[in-house]
Amino acid sequence: MYFDITVLPKYLPYFLPAAWMTLKVSALGILLGLGLGLGTAFMRLSEKRLLNLPARAYIYFIRGTPLLLQLLFIYFGLRSLAGLDALNSAVLALGVHNGAYIAEIFRGAIVSIATGQMEAARSLGMTHSRAMIRIILPQALKRAVPSLGNQFIIALKDSSLASAITINELLLKSQQLASSNFMMMEMLTIAALFYLFYTAIFSWFFHRLEVRLDVSNA
Amino acid sequence: MQDLPVIEITALNKWFGDNHVLKGIDLNVMPSDVVVVVGASGSGKSTLLRCVNYLESYDEGQIKVSGELVHGGERFINALRAKVGMVFQHFNLFPHMTVMGNVTEGPTQVLKMPKKQAREVGRYYLDKVGLGEKEDAYPGTLSGGQKQRVAIARALAMEPDVMLFDEPTSALDPELVGEVLAVMKRLAEDGMTMMVVTHEMGFAREVADSVAFMDQGVILEQDCPTRLFDAPREARTQEFLGKIL
Repeated sequence: MYFDITVLPKYLPYFLPAAWMTLKVSALGILLGLGLGLGTAFMRLSEKRLLNLPARAYIYFIRGTPLLLQLLFIYFGLRSLAGLDALNSAVLALGVHNGAYIAEIFRGAIVSIATGQMEAARSLGMTHSRAMIRIILPQALKRAVPSLGNQFIIALKDSSLASAITINELLLKSQQLASSNFMMMEMLTIAALFYLFYTAIFSWFFHRLEVRLDVSNA
Repeated sequence: MQDLPVIEITALNKWFGDNHVLKGIDLNVMPSDVVVVVGASGSGKSTLLRCVNYLESYDEGQIKVSGELVHGGERFINALRAKVGMVFQHFNLFPHMTVMGNVTEGPTQVLKMPKKQAREVGRYYLDKVGLGEKEDAYPGTLSGGQKQRVAIARALAMEPDVMLFDEPTSALDPELVGEVLAVMKRLAEDGMTMMVVTHEMGFAREVADSVAFMDQGVILEQDCPTRLFDAPREARTQEFLGKIL
């Protein structure tokens, strides 16, 4: 195999718009996923079937099918129905997909806070929701941080699947360039370098956050 | 008023599924009295205590606190719990809040007391349990005995009508039991109405106005500590005390 390392600096700038696109799709998808995840976690924890059944169904369907299928489903399904463009489809798919996983992360963190905490809060006369907001959630969010960091990194890399619906992100960019310059390995390497760069930043940020929140002491 | 019990439990029955855990309990706690409930684990004494502030529901009979019937209505429960202090075996302090944060949480969030005033109340009760200098510490840095004293101050800061203690020293190292019991004893001397589930027979003998012995969901006998400890009537009580003393 021939690999020309010297072309990397030359082609790197061509990737910048794609790198921005990857970041945009991932970040928006993660934000949407966080909101969906928190809401779904509470629905899932509710004793009312009207709330927990839809949440369970949502988690079941999302975890039970591949993200690529979900992407295509939303893109082709909603393009005709709601006129959703590729970018919005990608963000929606990534958000809905991660929402299901993040819901389980939040739910796990919430139930891991000992029932004694809820009892102590309730025995002061707090309502269930006030106890949740004041006592349980601050501890649960802290406990969720390591798993969330992991999920965010997965989401970042999963954004590459948006290439299948014409989103011009890093992976698609590398394929486009390689098809004209025939330097497949070099182009893939550049894309990989961007992913590694983002992942390093994410990891560093979450590590700082964990230290800051003193997660090991939760 | 003096004659009205703070806690009045009448013919109380509770089942966990098929398990009949409380079988027709009658128990009164008069103002400023300390009633200690003793008995083997599984006798139902903690469950009984937890029924008083409705951490556990009950199936038959009734409980009245300060003359009001205890029931499951959400609004009633929250008002009830605001005036019934509870201290747990495992402290259950809020680890993400400082000692002062723990103690002022109830007054500010439930009683809507202004922060400044709540801190004064908090400081008063932290001094009372001998932890005035720890107000900025986090629970994780305290010893078990200190944690439990903070938990007592947290309950006291609500200025409750009655305090419930659920085995408050059972999770403590032996050398830390004394400081918690000393705080509880002082509280009793100040006239606090208390219902205490404990294995500390020395405390019961010294502080209690009345000791109830529970066995298999029944209060087998209840008497002043001297008579219950020195001349128990029931064979089961004698057997239990023989094992524990």
